[in-house]
Amino acid sequence: MGRDQWRAALRNPVGAAAAGLLVLLAVLAVVAPILWGDAAEETDPAALSQGSTSEHPLGTDALGRDIMLRVLVATRYSLGLALLATAICVVAGVLLGVLPAVLGRRAGRLVTGTVNLAVAFPGLLLALFFAVIFGVGARGAVLAIGLAGAPSFARLVQTNVAAVSGRDFVAAARLAGVGRFRLVARHLLPNIGEPLVVNATVMAGSALLAFAGLSFLGLGVQPPAYDWGRLLGEGLDRIYINPAAALAPGVAVVVAGLAFTLLGESIAQVVGVRAVRRRRPPVGDQAAAAAAAGSAPETPGDTVLVADDLRVGFPAPRGGWTYPVDGVGLTVRPGETVGIVGESGSGKSLTALAVAQLAPDTADVTAARLEVAGVEPRGRPESEVRELLGTKVAMVFQDPMTSFNPSMRVGTQLAEVTRVHEGQGRRAALARAVDRLRTVRVPAPERRAHQYPHEFSGGMRQRAMVAMGLMSTPELIIADEPTTALDVTVQRQVLRLLKDVQAETGAAVVLISHDIAVVAQLCERVVVMYAGRVVEELPVGQLGAAAHPYTRALLASVPDLATDRERPLATIPGRPPDPADRPEGCAFAPRCAFADDACRVRPGLAAVAPEQRAACWHPRSQPLDLVLDVLSGGRS
Amino acid sequence: MTTTPVTPPTAPVTPSAAPATSAVAAWVGNPWARFLLRRTGRLLVSLAVLVTLAFLMIHLIPGDPVRAALGVTAPPDLVEARREALGLNDPIGVQLADYVRALFAGDLGTSMTSGVSVSETIGQRLPATASLAVAAFVVVMLAAVPLGLAMAVLTRGGRRRGAELGFTSTSAVGAAIPEFLLAVGLVFVFGVTLGWFPVAGRGDAASYVLPVVALALGPALLMARIVRVEALAVMDEDFVRTARAKRLPPLRVHLRHVFPNALTSTLTIGGLLLSGMIVGTVLVENVFAWPGMGMTIVSSILAKDYPVVQGIVLVYGAAVLLVNLVVDVLLALADPRSTIREG
Ligand code: SF4
Repeated sequence: MGRDQWRAALRNPVGAAAAGLLVLLAVLAVVAPILWGDAAEETDPAALSQGSTSEHPLGTDALGRDIMLRVLVATRYSLGLALLATAICVVAGVLLGVLPAVLGRRAGRLVTGTVNLAVAFPGLLLALFFAVIFGVGARGAVLAIGLAGAPSFARLVQTNVAAVSGRDFVAAARLAGVGRFRLVARHLLPNIGEPLVVNATVMAGSALLAFAGLSFLGLGVQPPAYDWGRLLGEGLDRIYINPAAALAPGVAVVVAGLAFTLLGESIAQVVGVRAVRRRRPPVGDQAAAAAAAGSAPETPGDTVLVADDLRVGFPAPRGGWTYPVDGVGLTVRPGETVGIVGESGSGKSLTALAVAQLAPDTADVTAARLEVAGVEPRGRPESEVRELLGTKVAMVFQDPMTSFNPSMRVGTQLAEVTRVHEGQGRRAALARAVDRLRTVRVPAPERRAHQYPHEFSGGMRQRAMVAMGLMSTPELIIADEPTTALDVTVQRQVLRLLKDVQAETGAAVVLISHDIAVVAQLCERVVVMYAGRVVEELPVGQLGAAAHPYTRALLASVPDLATDRERPLATIPGRPPDPADRPEGCAFAPRCAFADDACRVRPGLAAVAPEQRAACWHPRSQPLDLVLDVLSGGRS
Repeated sequence: MTTTPVTPPTAPVTPSAAPATSAVAAWVGNPWARFLLRRTGRLLVSLAVLVTLAFLMIHLIPGDPVRAALGVTAPPDLVEARREALGLNDPIGVQLADYVRALFAGDLGTSMTSGVSVSETIGQRLPATASLAVAAFVVVMLAAVPLGLAMAVLTRGGRRRGAELGFTSTSAVGAAIPEFLLAVGLVFVFGVTLGWFPVAGRGDAASYVLPVVALALGPALLMARIVRVEALAVMDEDFVRTARAKRLPPLRVHLRHVFPNALTSTLTIGGLLLSGMIVGTVLVENVFAWPGMGMTIVSSILAKDYPVVQGIVLVYGAAVLLVNLVVDVLLALADPRSTIREG
């Protein structure tokens, strides 16, 4: 734990308050017994068991001793005993915790097993057990609480040691023949110091509370000595006469305990991460960038999807906003299959999620125009959007393993769509689910419907995902990398299935993929995205005449499309820019062989051929020689 | 425990062992049977360790426990007679064997101070403690799960920072206040000042209110925190996005898709809290003069009445182990991927 982190923990208001309290308590612990130690012992026969008076602000106990002074003086004893117990706990815990690393395998496992068994029992039970053995009294209670906390501390040390021992430097030290003890002392413990310090701090808080508990029960500090727990126990008997006698020591215990716990937690928090805040970007921010953004072409006739100047922003960690989707225009006609291609990070998936009204909560989505399945979703209440889009837009997600609810049967997950949106009964909905599973060629659909997702193979899960989209009759199916996790054969099956579905239902399909070959197999039109914008769109048949250097680079990197199989495959050098840090002009410029001064200004989408538009100052015109491998059985 | 029907069905034709072995094989092949077998084995080992420790407790005490219990002034022949009666003069192996044998007969020994049988004392005291712990646990679950879920829904994706901060800090502070201090505060506010609820003894339903609240509040806040964090983690999962893509109403998304998948950790924490609450009754009982095992164990420790202490430690320990077993079985039931059963 670096010094900066300590400082950061103290700058946090909670951490600072906790640390301040602890300093105050430490001062009290030193000073109070010296100043008031004798006065707190003084009995006053004239004032037995009194409530609050001017002389005794918190009243007196049964022997006429001043409660306030006694609570103050008890600080030293209460804190001292708690810290002593913590020290025992930490030492015993560390010993038990590193033993498995030092001992042989057998003995190590025995220690681990013992610790695991002991951890199952609550600390108080262990403390009572040890209190019986060590006897009633302060010494016994310190030992009892220290040892009772040891197993859980040991477990923590074990976990941390196990995490560190796997690392390279430990392995290197082992290979270098460093002895076991030296290994623990020099290599393991120093590297797990941070969580141990945090937990020892929290532990001190719980030791203080536990000690107060034992003393309260009469098992801890014995008279004439006294700590807060003892005072609390004595005060509780007379709570009707003088509540302060019970409340004052109680408050002292809570405050001191909390001070330790909160300090520990605020240190831990500084090490951890902070949540992002949900905000709206300033309007000017968008307007400025929107000027250069591409817009959707005029759309004669009907469409199932129109997005114009779509932007999706997230608050940046260091203030301001980043736009992974930065002015995208997209139009899809009924029954059309459109592919969106781009490297990961190009914003293609987020574009799809945003048009489907499924962007993450923190995202800010804006667009000059947005219409999905004839519905303008913005400005409508969520429930209305759900109702309107529920049966019209289907999503097929990338990873079918994580995209199905693991604790729900597949059939139920499919049937849910029909039950919610069409109000059908359980039976009818399930029957339809079975039917749709059959449609997507899941074998033995009745049996499969009753299984959980993990019982399906990857390809079958993906087909079930498509079946889920077919529960209603969608006008638009958005498939986000539906074939990525699958092997080539299954990939083709799923693509063919999408093609068939498209042909049968007449739904439009938007297929999102990083693989231009996949898109070329299924789609009629290709939209290429780079760095949050559309850089080129063209019919699949014209891919050989791709104009944008990025599109051409994508095509050149695909083995299935390149005709000249002798030549080594071209890879695109460099990486797409971070959305927070895009170059001023053409975002592709750092990776583009044709970049020149003109490219410092951002190019807009412009027609380069009929039905083909590219955002490039120097569009290529030399044709590429490609083998286009279109899936048979559908429209061409 | 389930007993396995390993005897072959009465097949008079050939007295072969084949049906029996196939039945056994079926059982061994069944992950559930293996899980239960393994888990029961672990319970038995833990119980054996518990019993041994409870037995050893009296021997680990430095000096002569009987002398300590009877006081320095007790005549030596009385001490000797008591040692003989407790069997402390026998070899330790014999003592352990006797102890375990008596245990199986339901005999936990007799109190050194009152002469009453320990199992009788426990039988009288257990219902009060158990009813307190169970009531508190029910309150925790009923309050914490909806609260945690609601907070998760309200504060998802960094919304309502104020509410989030308020919830996390109040619950952190609340969960850190130990039950007995909370109990004292409750006694003061609702007993002494307002006079709404009785503050001592076990009687009608009203007498349960303060002890149950004292016992349940901290764990409930802790549990709500855990449920919230878990639910938030689940909300980021892909399948929740799928559920949203199906345009399900939010309530359905949260109850059918989010919560069941946050159940595992909720159950695990619930089990830990329940075992903590079982033992936490010791302190709460002593604040509210609740006539349960907690009052008894403390007075017995103070009176050095070791057989009673031994017996009660055994009951608490066994209760904790039982809770752990139940939680593990529930986890295995709730987990369709059966990783727990396999692992
Ligand atoms: S605009 Fe310039 S840098 Fe960008 S792709 Fe075209 S040639 Fe390359």
